This record gives sequence, structure tokens and C-alpha cells, in this order.
Amino acid sequence: MSFEAHRCENGHVTYPGHTVCPECGAEQTATVDLEAETGTLVTWTTSTATPPGVREPNHLGIVEFDVEGGTVRALGQLTTGDVESGDRMTPVYCDELRDPDAGIREPESQSWDGYRFAPVED
Amino acid sequence: MDRVAVIGASMTQFGQRNAWVRELLAEAGEACLDDAGVAADELDHLYVSNMASGEFEGQTGIPNALAHDLGAIGAYTQRVDQTSASGGAGVYAAWQSVASGASELTMLVGGEKMTHRSTADATDVIASLTHPAEYKHGVTLPSFAGMTARHYLETYDAPRESLASVAVKNHRNGVDNPHAQFRKEVDAETVLESPIVADPLRLYDFCPITDGSAALLFCPESVAAEYTDDYSVVSGIGGATDTHVVHERDDPTVMGGVVDSAADAYEMSGLTPDDVDVAELHDMFTILEVLQLEDLGFFEKGEGWRAADEGITTRDGELPVNTSGGLKSKGHPLGASGVAQVYEIHRQVTGDAGDRQVAADVGLACNVGGFGNCVTTTVVEAAE
Repeated sequence: MSFEAHRCENGHVTYPGHTVCPECGAEQTATVDLEAETGTLVTWTTSTATPPGVREPNHLGIVEFDVEGGTVRALGQLTTGDVESGDRMTPVYCDELRDPDAGIREPESQSWDGYRFAPVED
Repeated sequence: MDRVAVIGASMTQFGQRNAWVRELLAEAGEACLDDAGVAADELDHLYVSNMASGEFEGQTGIPNALAHDLGAIGAYTQRVDQTSASGGAGVYAAWQSVASGASELTMLVGGEKMTHRSTADATDVIASLTHPAEYKHGVTLPSFAGMTARHYLETYDAPRESLASVAVKNHRNGVDNPHAQFRKEVDAETVLESPIVADPLRLYDFCPITDGSAALLFCPESVAAEYTDDYSVVSGIGGATDTHVVHERDDPTVMGGVVDSAADAYEMSGLTPDDVDVAELHDMFTILEVLQLEDLGFFEKGEGWRAADEGITTRDGELPVNTSGGLKSKGHPLGASGVAQVYEIHRQVTGDAGDRQVAADVGLACNVGGFGNCVTTTVVEAAE
């Protein structure tokens, strides 16, 4: 598996990828795998009112990774709510983040696997 | 250029209603026509602001349904969906229709029927606006508010209690709004001890789920006096988007759509934040009122939390904000909210706000969709 951020020819990196780079409009032509990287927790929450098919409580956070030429952020579930902003986090693969059949969105319209973030000891 | 006037306004009771969306829209539409003394068959255009009648109720095609129900058959109709900002986007569409000369008389009706669904289901309908990379993690709009509130409080060293002050203020204002869902004061202790919904935010940091509808009637300013003496003028309006994926924004505490739409609205009106006497802001979550106060230019970034805390935005303060009670206590029937914001500003600048009246010639409404994903800002002034 890989946790792919997308880079355009001018060096801007986004997660997820887009049709064109939101920063400059160029095509995104390369990927950056974040799976083995460690990032910094920018902010987080524990959601206790979750939609159908979502774990409760649902710990969520935004993690920022340093990549060549800048930084890229990703939103994801956290493996624990016992965290603080600034903690070092690493991605952990999960094959089903929520039950695809329980919510309003058409299950076939998107993927349901992805990465949670777990704290790492420095 | 002939400006666009608001010559009629109405809103239904907000709250848990036994009416379905068609009935709610018709109730507000009829009351708005009555307010201006206009017959339905005089309408050139009829717009409906609504996010999700199909998802909530299995009823689509509601503009045409409303035209039939009101007796406005023949009018051009259109549904405007901009999620939580559908109302503001409807104001923009209605304004465009008159400003362009395409319509001499346009009615906008915003409405949503939500409370028949469970909180979890309603939350999922709203969360379905998110990017697949967000949706699969089970993120909700309240979760974005929790993450943003934590980041704001930590970045600017603002006290958690300052967000409670927003809820306390808006509940206090709602007591005097006969259409509000909640007409009950709450104290800061109640807010701070209510159940956690998205840490650090708690139940009283969030608006409720609501049924309701509101309507506005627009015509060219040059003929407004033929209908009524109590009209107001849309002197500035702007709309803008921000990123779809919320975490891609450079600064999570800046709502770019608010900044950009406000810049356009101020430029069109020739006014500045200093000229605004009263504002209706999109307080779907307490933190949002703080961010808008900053991004609309009323406060420096990182200082907006002081507003409610220090009484600047209370009804007797320097800049009264959400005299209606805001989404927080008035309720938030998605498609109706942006329309109801302008309803309140119209009542304020025409001197018809009853117990909620403040001294105001210029008002501003800011309607936010998604988590700042799409925004409309409207400046409304008293007639000269």
C-alpha cells in the first residue's frame, strides 16, 4: 500500500490529488509516498456525534508532513484520543475506515480504506 | 445603475415543525407576498434556496411545486443549492435577476425540513458535501469546528470561555425573537458543562437541527416606493469559494471565502467595516462567529474572541451581532438561514425589529456553506 500525495511540475504538493494543481493550475505529474513518514499533529478533535457506520468516539486530526520543497497536510482518523497538538504521528493502514453501506454516499463511488495516524515515541 | 430593493420579507416559526418542505416554503412565500401587498401572479422570477429536499424528504423539483402552490405559475423558477449557504446564494441569484434587468419582481424563498431525521442521519446528509478523502474518515462539520476551535485557541492563546460567551449572547438575543427555535437564556457554566460533541466544543457551541422557511421580495430601487415606504436596498453583495478539502488551506483559522466575498460586497457598496451598524453572522458553531468577525474586517486576526467576551457584539454593544439569536438559538434550517439573516437585517434597517431593534442604517449578513467552502456576504442599507 502507499499513502500518496501528489506533486505538480512546479513543486506544489497536495493530499489528496486534484485534476490540476490548486496552487498553479499545472498538471500533477508525480507522487510522494507518505506511508513511512512521520508528521506533526496540527490539531485534532474527538467527535462523539458520528454519522451511521462511523466509529464512536471518532478521533480525528490533521497531520503536516515535511516534503521536498515544502509541507503537505492530511486529515485522518487517529488511533487514540490521548494526543496533544504538536505530537509526532505516523500513518497506519486501515482497510475500512467506516462502513460503506451505512451512510448516504453510494458505496461504489469512492474508496473506504486509508490511513489512521498513530503517535510515535521520538 | 439602478440598485436592488427589498420590498417584502417574512419568516416562519423555526423549530420542530409538523409541516413538510413544500408547506414551509408556501407559508413563508405567502407571508412575504402579503408583507408587500403583491399578488403571486405578478412575480417574474421565483427562486428557492434549499440544500437537500431530495435527501431529507424524497421531494425534488420544489421551485416548480412552490410556483403551483402559490399561484405563481408562469414565473421562471430555479433552485439554488450552496449547502448551508444556499440562502445567501439565493440572495445573490435574486439580486442578479433584478440588477440585470431580467426580472422586475423576484421572490426568494429558502427552506429546509430536517427534524424528522435522526441527528446521525441529518449529520450524514450535511457531511456528504465533503471530499471522498474526508468523508471516508467519518468527518462531520462539527468535527471541523472542533479541530479549528482547538487550533484557534492554542494559536492565539484565547480562553475557552470566550466561545461560551458567543453562545450566551446569541441565546440572550433569541429570547426576543418570536420565530426562534430556542427562546431561553443559557449561562456560561451550562455551556461549558454541556456534553462534548467535538472536543473542545460542546453541545451549546452548536446550532440545532431545524425546520423552517424565510422569504424576501426584490424589485428595482427606482420602483420600490410604488410598493412600500419600508424598503431596504442591497448596496453590496459578493460570493466566493475556498478549498473543497478543508485541510489544504494555508491557515486553518482564515476563511478565504469570507475574506473574498466581503471584499466584493464592501467594494460594491462603497462602505467599510467601520460603516456597518449591525451584522448577522453564520454561527453554526461558536468558533465561526469569531472567525467571521476577523475575516470580515471587524477585528484583527486572533482578536475576534474578545468581541462577545467584552460585550462589543451584544445588542447594546458597539457592533451588535446576531440580534436575531443567530443560527445558534434561532435555529438553522439549511436553505432558510441565509434568507433569514437578510430578513433580520431588513427589519433592523427599516426600524421594524421590535424588541430586538438597534440603531442601524447599514447591516451585513454573512452566510457560510460547508466549513467556509462557499460564502455569500450581503450589505443591506436603509432606503435614502
